[in-house]
Amino acid sequence: MKVSQISTFIENRPGRLHAACEALSAAGVNIHTLSLADTSEFGILRLIVADPLAGKNALEKAGYVARLTDVVAVEVPDDAGGLTNLLAKTDQAGLGIEYMYAFSTTVGARAIVIIRFTDPDRAIEELQKRGINVIEAVRLLKS
Amino acid sequence: MLLRENWNDTGQGFHPVSAPDYLPAAQLRELQLRRLKAVVERAYEHVALFRERMNERDLTPARIESLSDVSRLPFTVKTDLRDTYPFGLFASPMSEIVRLHASSGTTGKPIVVAYTQEDIQVWSSVMLRTFAAAGIHRGDIVQNAYGYGLFTGGLGAHYGLEAIGATVVPASGGNTDRQVMLLRDFGVTAICSTPSYFLHLIERAHDLGVDLRDLPLRAGIFGAEPWSTAMRDRIEKDSGIKAYDIYGLSEIIGPGVGSECSAQDGLHLFEDHFYPEIIDPATGEVLADGEEGELVLTTLSKRAMPMIRYRTRDITRIITEPCSCGRTIRRIQRIGRRSDDMFIIRGVNVFPSQIESALLAVEGALPHYRIVLKRERGLDQIHVEIEVGPEIFSDKVSAMEEMHDRLAHSIERITGLRVAVHLVEPHSLPRSEGKAKRVWDERNDG
Repeated sequence: MKVSQISTFIENRPGRLHAACEALSAAGVNIHTLSLADTSEFGILRLIVADPLAGKNALEKAGYVARLTDVVAVEVPDDAGGLTNLLAKTDQAGLGIEYMYAFSTTVGARAIVIIRFTDPDRAIEELQKRGINVIEAVRLLKS
Repeated sequence: MLLRENWNDTGQGFHPVSAPDYLPAAQLRELQLRRLKAVVERAYEHVALFRERMNERDLTPARIESLSDVSRLPFTVKTDLRDTYPFGLFASPMSEIVRLHASSGTTGKPIVVAYTQEDIQVWSSVMLRTFAAAGIHRGDIVQNAYGYGLFTGGLGAHYGLEAIGATVVPASGGNTDRQVMLLRDFGVTAICSTPSYFLHLIERAHDLGVDLRDLPLRAGIFGAEPWSTAMRDRIEKDSGIKAYDIYGLSEIIGPGVGSECSAQDGLHLFEDHFYPEIIDPATGEVLADGEEGELVLTTLSKRAMPMIRYRTRDITRIITEPCSCGRTIRRIQRIGRRSDDMFIIRGVNVFPSQIESALLAVEGALPHYRIVLKRERGLDQIHVEIEVGPEIFSDKVSAMEEMHDRLAHSIERITGLRVAVHLVEPHSLPRSEGKAKRVWDERNDG
């Protein structure tokens, strides 16, 4: 149920983000979506890719530090209120969110929200109880 | 027949060449005094600088009657070697000198050291004793990753390894990928290098998919730079070997002045060839055994270039308690810092080793770091750049910021100074293949 996300440490220097993406493309790893969190000195790049393990290895080979983290992918209607409705339910369930990012799909009017919960297992259980469509890695990656 | 035995600390007995390690104290002192008198005489007769300094003090070699008279002799310092560059301190004619080595000369002129055939034999014997103490024996395959050439490390270790009968792989420094290949393909059982280079090697091996813990490698003989106990723990954990500290300096002989034994608790000084004193670096006064100060060494048997009371700048203390290994020669504590590695910032004395232990106090922090001193708007600032390894990396910004603050606080707690900590990518800091350079002083630019 959980989706494996790659995260990597990027220094705030010209060319570092480019080099990281180049390492992934050279290894034939397709990026589905990403988010870059930045501070004044460094950034943390988070990626959802077709093959997380291959992506992590490619980054490490290129000298980056990379790790895989479990995140939860949730499907919401791509309309006003879609995300609000989801967040109302995470609040009800008292789920802690570390960070999140989202992307729209071409399949119907749906959007996918990637959420890093403090406790992903409990989050999946609580969201499903509340009728939220938590999507599986396989389905997400095919969309 | 005798030499076919595997003489080492883990077996019975000892290598015949290691016999002086076990001399009864009285006999050792007698030997030291006899050699001291001879070396002072030799230096007085053949080295102008030493003779002039003796004359200034109204001293003659005949006035050296006991070991405690050493303290009456003048000190020799590193600048004496530079001032007499290249051959001014030699006590033998070139026709008797069979080898020259020289320092890299990072701070001006290099220093040059010389060896007669007898000196080379002594050097081989103390290196043999060094390796024997680390449990190396005939049958071991030893990769020597100290640089071969003008640096004393490579050839010094090489001769000792051949003397003990081990199989030497003279890899020299550098070309890390090939080092990893040799380690794996040759079934290397022990390695010699600087500790910082070995850390680099562990890291590179990991990137190449080689886990050193899966190889027959069991011992490392590391020296040529001060390294902390925490760094040793990390090396032993990440590579599955026992990491032995050795001590030496070119001015005295090269590697082979002192060495750890299986107890890994202080370094045995080869006192039959090198006479140690501990002094107060500020006053030059001799301190009692057990007190911490600067190590001063007198070469008791060097012929080509005797060194009388050479100030090593290394801070240590003499351990007089007997060692569990049975050796009677005394030990010095591992060198944690050098009196000239110290830098002064905002009036505070700081040693790189303090920063290293502060970084290692924070759980899981890798010891790849460098210290950059800058002058910003007239104020001296310490910048510490730390590589983010898998142990401290997190996908959460808050966790990374917390790690950053913990590292900064840890350094501040130990040094008492505010520092600017910068987290940088792995492999982004310069790597040394010889002695690690930790401090980059850029204050002259401002």
